Amino acid sequence: MSTPHAASARPSFYCREDPGVENGSVIGFWIYLMSDCFIFAGLFTANAVLGTSYAGGPTAAQVLDLPGLALNTALLLVSSVTFGFAMLRMARADKTATLAWLAVSGVLAAAFVGLELHEFATMIAAGASPQRSAFLSSFYAIVGTHGLHVSFGILWLIVLMAQLGRTGFTATNLRRLQCLSLFWHFLDLVWVGVFSYVYLAGVLR
Amino acid sequence: MLPDQSVPWNSLFGRLSLSVLPLGSSPEDRILQYTFLGIAVIAVAALAFTTRQRKWGYLWREWLTSVDHKKLGIMYMILGTVMLLRGFSDAIMMRAQQAVAFGANLGYLPPHHYDQIFSAHGSIMIFFVAMPYIAGLMNYVMPLQIGSRDVAFPFLNNLSFWFTVGGAMMVMVSLFVGDFSTAGWMGYPPVSDIRHSPGPGVDYYIWALQLAGVGTLLSGINFIVTIIKMRAPGMGLMKMPMFSWTTLCTSGLIVAAFPLLTVSLFLLSLDRYLGTHFFTNGGGGNLMLYVNLFWIWGHPEVYILVLPLFGVYSEIFPTFSRKPLFGYSSMVYATTAIMVLSYLVWLHHFFTMGSGENVNSFFSLTTMLISIPTGVKIFNWLFTMYHGRVRFTVPMMWSMGFLFTFILGGMTGVMLSVAPTDFLVHNSLFLVAHFHNVIIGGVVFGVFAAINYWFPKAFGFRLDESWGKVSFWCWLVGFWLAFGPLYLMGLMGVTRRLSHFEDMNLQPWFIAAAIGAFIILLGILAFLVQIGISIRRREAYAVGNDPWDARTLEWATSSPPPDYNFAFIPQVHERDAWWDMKTRGSRRPLEGFHDIHMPVNTTAGVVIGAAAFVCAFSLVWYIWWLAAASFAGSVAVLIAHTFNTHHERAIAAAEVNHTERAARWDPTAGGATA
Repeated sequence: MSTPHAASARPSFYCREDPGVENGSVIGFWIYLMSDCFIFAGLFTANAVLGTSYAGGPTAAQVLDLPGLALNTALLLVSSVTFGFAMLRMARADKTATLAWLAVSGVLAAAFVGLELHEFATMIAAGASPQRSAFLSSFYAIVGTHGLHVSFGILWLIVLMAQLGRTGFTATNLRRLQCLSLFWHFLDLVWVGVFSYVYLAGVLR
Repeated sequence: MLPDQSVPWNSLFGRLSLSVLPLGSSPEDRILQYTFLGIAVIAVAALAFTTRQRKWGYLWREWLTSVDHKKLGIMYMILGTVMLLRGFSDAIMMRAQQAVAFGANLGYLPPHHYDQIFSAHGSIMIFFVAMPYIAGLMNYVMPLQIGSRDVAFPFLNNLSFWFTVGGAMMVMVSLFVGDFSTAGWMGYPPVSDIRHSPGPGVDYYIWALQLAGVGTLLSGINFIVTIIKMRAPGMGLMKMPMFSWTTLCTSGLIVAAFPLLTVSLFLLSLDRYLGTHFFTNGGGGNLMLYVNLFWIWGHPEVYILVLPLFGVYSEIFPTFSRKPLFGYSSMVYATTAIMVLSYLVWLHHFFTMGSGENVNSFFSLTTMLISIPTGVKIFNWLFTMYHGRVRFTVPMMWSMGFLFTFILGGMTGVMLSVAPTDFLVHNSLFLVAHFHNVIIGGVVFGVFAAINYWFPKAFGFRLDESWGKVSFWCWLVGFWLAFGPLYLMGLMGVTRRLSHFEDMNLQPWFIAAAIGAFIILLGILAFLVQIGISIRRREAYAVGNDPWDARTLEWATSSPPPDYNFAFIPQVHERDAWWDMKTRGSRRPLEGFHDIHMPVNTTAGVVIGAAAFVCAFSLVWYIWWLAAASFAGSVAVLIAHTFNTHHERAIAAAEVNHTERAARWDPTAGGATA
């Protein structure tokens, strides 16, 4: 395939200077989030198939607490906004304010997880446990998996705050904050799916 | 937390007790005892050898903790080969059982043991033979082919490997501690639910696959980012070697498919551990949900396995025909088409579900459609050889054996895609013959082709030709003798997974199949002999950087390549970059070296992998405290690892200079003196 070029001048075949490699963490993390999306897709599928399999147990309209949901959702959405503030302060290299906004986001998310656990406990006490019916199994699986994600996000947030406190705005820390920010907003987006499909549409079914 | 209160449990050891070990005197236990003895002897010998040679430090520093994609690639290949021996032992035990278990003769394997063997055989061959092999090939070859120094996330790469090893360990441990699953490699409920499989078998299966799945997913992400970010300057996507293209497509499939396996196994484990109702008969569960979720992963998985090998053939045919690949662009589009279509065919695994003629027709058509891009590939390979200067080397023989074998497997696949035909042969030996036909003919032949092709690159000496040919012919003949009868019996309606038959007329066919399996055994032994003899004669078999007169960039560096792969990153102009360099008389620079920064090795991967294995093992045996502790431990190690900022070491320019001048280069095949 190279014969047409044989006569032409010999080009350079080696880079004398290292071309350098762009860091791939952010795009790698994006791809991870896409795969996580498929985890939730599978759980949504389970809920779509089993969402009305009450097996004589309580229906979605009977057990799902919509006012509680409103508060819960508000907490998570606001924590996304405060995380955005943290990123804005990060762009200004304002360490104290960044840490403060991160802490606020973490506290809001922890309140979200706390409310969710409270909701679970109330439901189980009322006999609506995951073992009661396929509908409830799928409900707990998807809401619980989301809650587990948020909990790991909080753990990650704490670790990152410690690292930021220790070493400041290094390239590594900036990249990690960017990834956590993606994770945070991603979980928010998934929650929008959960509250509109599993809760709202579930109650209407 | 215990669904079944009748099983003895204590808080320290969970369900584990001496009674789960095969210490009895039944024939089944005796088989396991001798197997254990055999493995123990080999293991002790290996440990003693390593100790006597004082190689522990070397092994730990240079291999187990290595983040070098080449070393990880080689370790994956070793893992695949070891597990191939295990998976094949299962195969030959099944063949031997089915050859004798007729009429009054019940054979030597009780049904419970036989069921474990076919479940383990399938799980091992897919997850711990085929997957490590393709992960090994992609790891070793792809970064070299795209002219980079490593993958995007070297630590993650090491971690992936140890997760895969953890999964393999789970399957191996299940051989001696408790039982493995009897629910087949797909683990369908209700057989796999807690009522019908109350023992540890299905839990071993679940956690082995979950561990391996995490490893595979991380590899997939890693390879995609590597290809996107780290190609040598000038290598546009349409100039990328075909093997790297298939790596990209396979990694895309991994990222989009493996999460669904994770979900189906996760929900199955919720059913088993917590008593939920996803796939149960009662409580509103729906077991076809499992089957659907499983195959939404399972069908792309088939292409995850075979696409990299399509890439291998696409490298081998041009090299040994001394021609560029015929129809490169059509090959790329065919690969991407297969990637997309593979998501639209999953239901053909269970046409008998009863989803109605419209749904079945849709999946019938998409399944037939997928044979079009595959056909394009076959024709491209044939046309690559046409008018080429074909050399019948061992890799080329495997590739041609693939063409013959795989085409027939593809045709029976098209037969199965016709829903009414599928109803007749569903769950029969015809199906078993079909998927072995495409997986052995496509994947296994490709792996052996690849090993023969790239071995000289990895070790600096080639593999013995004669033993390679013996291995090839044994596999080819053995394969057809083993699976031809299965096709015929399948058409007669013989179903799969039976440990005993009443119809004596079938026995000759099963005996033929058993003879075929023994010929394959000879092929495997010949392969091991080939490796052994080649290592002994490594001086005589030494080769330079480019023994095959090949076309892609991995041959542009020494054999074996230095830690940093390329002292100077290549500048790519044409599709077959190395061929281009050779024909245009490129000279490798021998001065002007600079420091090269490489990632440092890390112990975190081994430790996290070990903790994950302990966690999985404790979950199987309901040892809650240990599961919690090992999980917390692995998270803690991971967090500690992120605090370690010492990630890179510099290889000094002087050292690079020394390595480059000492590296073995073939003076007759381009490189330094062309």
